[in-house]
Amino acid sequence: MNAQIAAILAIDGIASGAIYVLIAIGFVLIFAVTRIIFVPFGDITAFTALTLASLENKQMPGTVGMVAVLAVMATLMEVFSLWRKGALGKIPAALFFYLALPLIPAAIAWATAGTLLPTPLRLLLTVAVILPIAPLLNRIVYQPIADATVLLLLIVSVALHFAMSGLGLLFFGPEGVRTQSLVDFTTFIAGTPVSGQAMLILGSAIFFSFLLYLFFNFTLYGKALHATAINRTGARLMGIRPQQACTIAFLLGSVLAAVSGILIAPVNTIFYDSGFLIGLKSFVGAIIGGMVSFPVTAIGSMFVGILEGFAAFLSSPFKDVIVFSILIPVLLWRSYTLVHAEEEDEE
Amino acid sequence: MALLSIQNVSVSYGKAEAVRNVSLEVDRGQIVTVIGPNGAGKTSLLTSVIGMIPAAGRVIFDGTDITALPTEDRIEMGFCLVPERRELFADMSVYDNLLLGAYTRRDGSAAIKASMEEVYGRFPRLRERRAQKAGTLSGGERQMLALGRALMAKPKLLMLDEPSLGLAPLITREIFKIIASLHETGVSILLVEQNARAALETAGFGYVMETGEIVHSGSSATLIDDPRLISTYLGGGASH
Ligand SMILES: Nc1ncnc2c1ncn2[C@@H]1O[C@H](COP(=O)(O)OP(=O)(O)OP(=O)(O)O)[C@@H](O)[C@H]1O
Ligand SMILES: [Mg+2]
Repeated sequence: MNAQIAAILAIDGIASGAIYVLIAIGFVLIFAVTRIIFVPFGDITAFTALTLASLENKQMPGTVGMVAVLAVMATLMEVFSLWRKGALGKIPAALFFYLALPLIPAAIAWATAGTLLPTPLRLLLTVAVILPIAPLLNRIVYQPIADATVLLLLIVSVALHFAMSGLGLLFFGPEGVRTQSLVDFTTFIAGTPVSGQAMLILGSAIFFSFLLYLFFNFTLYGKALHATAINRTGARLMGIRPQQACTIAFLLGSVLAAVSGILIAPVNTIFYDSGFLIGLKSFVGAIIGGMVSFPVTAIGSMFVGILEGFAAFLSSPFKDVIVFSILIPVLLWRSYTLVHAEEEDEE
Repeated sequence: MALLSIQNVSVSYGKAEAVRNVSLEVDRGQIVTVIGPNGAGKTSLLTSVIGMIPAAGRVIFDGTDITALPTEDRIEMGFCLVPERRELFADMSVYDNLLLGAYTRRDGSAAIKASMEEVYGRFPRLRERRAQKAGTLSGGERQMLALGRALMAKPKLLMLDEPSLGLAPLITREIFKIIASLHETGVSILLVEQNARAALETAGFGYVMETGEIVHSGSSATLIDDPRLISTYLGGGASH
């Protein structure tokens, strides 16, 4: 391996690392606010890629059916619990938020099936269709057990991941997809070719991390979310509703997952179950950040991406084996040097 | 009609009953104190009244039965608790803590800024430390921040759980002075205290709680001279 090849591999690695950064930040964000390790998060990324591919092929994406099923379930649960509490006045609002709102983008996707939308609209529609999935899953699966331990929530998350894979197969079928490139140019930086897609990926990761930074530091809702993550009791005493905060966290996380799905779709072939491995590698990045630190998470995810780039060069079929084998000592080291988030969390 | 009316409230942890059939009232503009020894159930009472733990009985606030309402709805109605553990946002600045105190307010950022100035005026120490993380404040500063954060909500009724907990006598006196002065702004206060003498001197009316029940009540002036209360001042009735 000479310097030229190393540089090319590094750029490849940085591009996939940037995708992991987006997902890993989503993991940390959702965990901090909800204490849920949202294992199906990678599935959201994969479903985004599949949705985008369907729209490109002028088909109705399977996401439409999935969102419809989830929206109906969530609405039934919400209406039933409101009815039991005797809060019938809140039912119209529940119908709006749990049924109408998630179904609007799905309905648009259904109605426009057969026409090829212009690219920006197509991307926007993809994100809009994907967004409701995680918040609806939160309402259906996690809200009834909101006070459970981190461990129980994790077990439920793993189960949910397998359920989501099943739904993915049902709604998207077993074929892999790869979408058109969003940008089609290559530049040379110091003699090394850098694809436009790689630059787009890195740029998006930086842009969305920065947006998140602004949100948490300069908006009241961002601060309220941060407060919920630090001290739930304190937040409730300020009138901040934890379930609302959870929904916002899932929505923001979904934006990140959807963006990463759009970015990865032209470079990797994505199947209905590709989300797990993407999620797992991002999750490792989040663990390196101790599930609390956004900057360390970003560095960790980059590290995983670069490692993967080089591993793929050494031996493509063994790249995941190489990546995870090298990660084990890193994770051991981190587990000795970290103050665990859960220990503070038990209060 | 009373601003807050607690009617036959009971709180149980499993089989153990921490609060038994407690009824009390706070009128508009009044400071009412609940005093009693450790483990009397004072914190349990306040926590249940704000809706954080389940309880039997009824709670009427400002003419509305709030028994079935979640905590956040009660906060939005102008009800506020400074809990015994303060529950500050340790990782956030003093300024952000205060700002979040005004989370439920919808009267615009100018009004919230004005409240912030008012709080800084009352606690100059907080202004000096506004960029510091709440978790690194001293005990007394933390108390001030908890109180200031509660005031940012412009509550109608403020419940304070042992505001003098762990403070040096000098700061304790300061805190009680501030509580008395808050009263002039029209907020009603339900004050839970170990420091019975200072509490009774600040409040207009007092209740004495022992092992989950109200055992005495009366105007502060009569309670302070009540010979039966001397034992409570000394830290517990015969039942302990
Ligand atoms: N979460 C809990 N689980 C079980 N028992 C509890 C719990 N919280 C309080 N208790 C018990 O309830 C009783 C009343 O406690 P509480 O904290 O209300 O007393 P307090 O009057 O506030 O005491 P202090 O003055 O020491 O703060 C105590 O015996 C306590 O051990
Ligand atoms: Mg107490």
